[in-house]
Amino acid sequence: MKHLLSINDLSKAEAIAILDTAQELARVSDGPMKKLPTLRGRTIVNLFAEDSTRTRISFEAAAKRLSADVINFSAKGSSISKGESLKDTAQTLQAMGADAVIIRHGASGAAQRLADSKWMSGAVINAGDGTHEHPSQALLDAFTIRKHLAKSTDDLTGIRVVIVGDVLHSRVARSNVLLLAKLGADVTLVAPPTLLPVGVESWPCKVSYDFDSALAGVDAVMMLRIQLERMSELFFPNAREYSRYFGLNGDRLKQLKPTALVMHPGPMNRGLEITADAADGARSVIVEQVSNGVSVRMAILYMLLAGSQEGDLAGDNKELGTM
Amino acid sequence: MSAINSNFLLTGLTLPDGNLCDIQIVNGVIAALGESLPKASAGQTIDFTGCIALPGLVDLHTHLREPGKEDAETVLSGSMAAAKGGYVAISAMANTSPVADTAGVVEQVFALGQSAGFADVFPIGAVTQGLHGETLSEIGAMADSNARVRVFSDDGSCVHDPLVMRRALEYVKKFGGVIAQHAQEPSLTKGAQMNEGVISSRLGLKGWPAVAEEAIIARDVLLADHVKSRLHICHLTTAGGVEIIRWAKARGIDVTAEVTPHHLLLTDETANSYDPIFKVNPPLRTQRDVEALREGLADGTIDIVATDHAPHPAESKECEWQEAAFGMLGLESALAIVNQTMVQTGLLNWEGVADRMSYAPARIGRYESHGQKIAVGAPAHLTVINPTQTFRVDRDLVASRSRNTPFHGMELIGVIQGTFFRGLPTYLSGKLTSIHNPSQIESHGGAWL
Repeated sequence: MKHLLSINDLSKAEAIAILDTAQELARVSDGPMKKLPTLRGRTIVNLFAEDSTRTRISFEAAAKRLSADVINFSAKGSSISKGESLKDTAQTLQAMGADAVIIRHGASGAAQRLADSKWMSGAVINAGDGTHEHPSQALLDAFTIRKHLAKSTDDLTGIRVVIVGDVLHSRVARSNVLLLAKLGADVTLVAPPTLLPVGVESWPCKVSYDFDSALAGVDAVMMLRIQLERMSELFFPNAREYSRYFGLNGDRLKQLKPTALVMHPGPMNRGLEITADAADGARSVIVEQVSNGVSVRMAILYMLLAGSQEGDLAGDNKELGTM
Repeated sequence: MSAINSNFLLTGLTLPDGNLCDIQIVNGVIAALGESLPKASAGQTIDFTGCIALPGLVDLHTHLREPGKEDAETVLSGSMAAAKGGYVAISAMANTSPVADTAGVVEQVFALGQSAGFADVFPIGAVTQGLHGETLSEIGAMADSNARVRVFSDDGSCVHDPLVMRRALEYVKKFGGVIAQHAQEPSLTKGAQMNEGVISSRLGLKGWPAVAEEAIIARDVLLADHVKSRLHICHLTTAGGVEIIRWAKARGIDVTAEVTPHHLLLTDETANSYDPIFKVNPPLRTQRDVEALREGLADGTIDIVATDHAPHPAESKECEWQEAAFGMLGLESALAIVNQTMVQTGLLNWEGVADRMSYAPARIGRYESHGQKIAVGAPAHLTVINPTQTFRVDRDLVASRSRNTPFHGMELIGVIQGTFFRGLPTYLSGKLTSIHNPSQIESHGGAWL
């Protein structure tokens, strides 16, 4: 595995290996010495052509805990805002010796373009590309679910997850459907018909227009952010009607079993897709998702970068010894 | 102009009807046809044993980018690409800058084509001023100009207002013109990137539904029927569109339709690479659509193959998919792709190819000196192809000024051996030559082999 562009790049075994590694790294992070020397001397670039706080900070924290040098490159105030092309940006990063580029971009496929082109040679990690995928988010969601609910030690067999909201425009939903299905979970998408993509019936999941009936017996409810500008694009009549049919509120919370998890990738629109009592209640693991994100992203960086230089978790890089 | 002292004997050819035949060209005209014609009088004898002779190809849909985007293509470079692809007549679409919506612009493009001397360049006039879809452009003035425009199109944009479309269809009846519609309902395709289906949904690229094309085709055949005018549908891409055209023709509506080589060969699966070399308007569709298009072209529902040759500079394609320009090159590979998808598959014979790529497009465009059967006395516009030879497409060897061919690296079957325009070889032995300076061999665009 050279890049992480889509969940399709991962075999089931590789996905589980990332989760296992993240689990081990989480234990280290809880200890007194948070920082590992594993990626010492490596340069990782956070190329954020689209605004994002939580994902960028999460990747930055992950890279720094592995002792990598991190360069942040955001759209605002950079050459991207001056109209520089992705090709020129990539070649600049290549010239600066980036070992890996973590890219967030508004265009679907931007990460793959970067990886497939000859513009740069480092590893590419997709941190969200347009309405395509967000694989690290799916991995941290799977990690969170597994930690709380897994019936077996590795995969998610038998666990029922509903993903609710704007599936059409959601990279989080795309990556999650692929990963959760790969890990054996039983996934149902819930959305108004306008916010489901054409051809969704070919995805490895079920589809429902009825949140209430889909809620019965679920183990985890994953709410998606709904963007208010969707209203002007006629996807639903207004915010009130959307909340009534597809929002997670107190009444729906009561239908959940006590062990069920409430999840949201953030940032939330409180009062629209989720009410405060759902977001802040006992079942909510929304804040924990954020901290799990750092461990999972450490695992991703470790798997992509450490393998090539004989490092291991403890980071005892061997000096030039026997070849 | 008439060709001076041009005298060629082309030997060993097979005509579209399957007959073996030599062709004698004298002064721009086919002077004799027959097996083993005497060589004595011939200025130059060229052996084409094993090759097919077709009437010179005519393209009804070409983007030459001049005026305005000469970094992508010029009338000269596009004409050279045409000659290399076996074309003797091409049609310059109106979406230049300035738009070809006045007699001045179409006369300029026409004159540039004549002075290039590789093919006749017939300008297509804009239907509406500035392609804005609101007010009719100077259609009559363009029709009466030196360019004698008969085909009008806002290609790149759809004439989406039904009243504007109705008036345009009515107005061109005055001189037997035709409206070539780019069928794309704009509000169903806002920001659309590729065919809407399983693949667009997986890739997260905004979908372009088939119905956006079919709804306009359906409306316009009904309008053409109502006002009894002539409608041409550009670049048909969907199985549903083929069905509508079939229905309209059965009803006696005066509609013709075209398909591009790329829609006969490629599908939306190519978008899996996110490489915008495959980004085109209208988009590549599914295998089912490809099959329906081939069938429609075979049974005559679709009248012609048109290239929609759309050159773009490198930076318009070396970027993210959604930032990239729509369009791909077509002139130089069109005949090979038709050979591969239609002839080699048994769907169309060479007489059928002659019809879909020469007779019918010339008839639709009213290009009078073109699209004639290979016969004694006809103008010597000829295309010679070796139908069994293969070649690998190399974007670095194209005659076009741009390199955006989606076929780069693909092996195609059918190599063009010669193109004769007004009796003179514009393309022969891998060399391009203008009819104005036959002694001077252009160095552009070497052989593909």
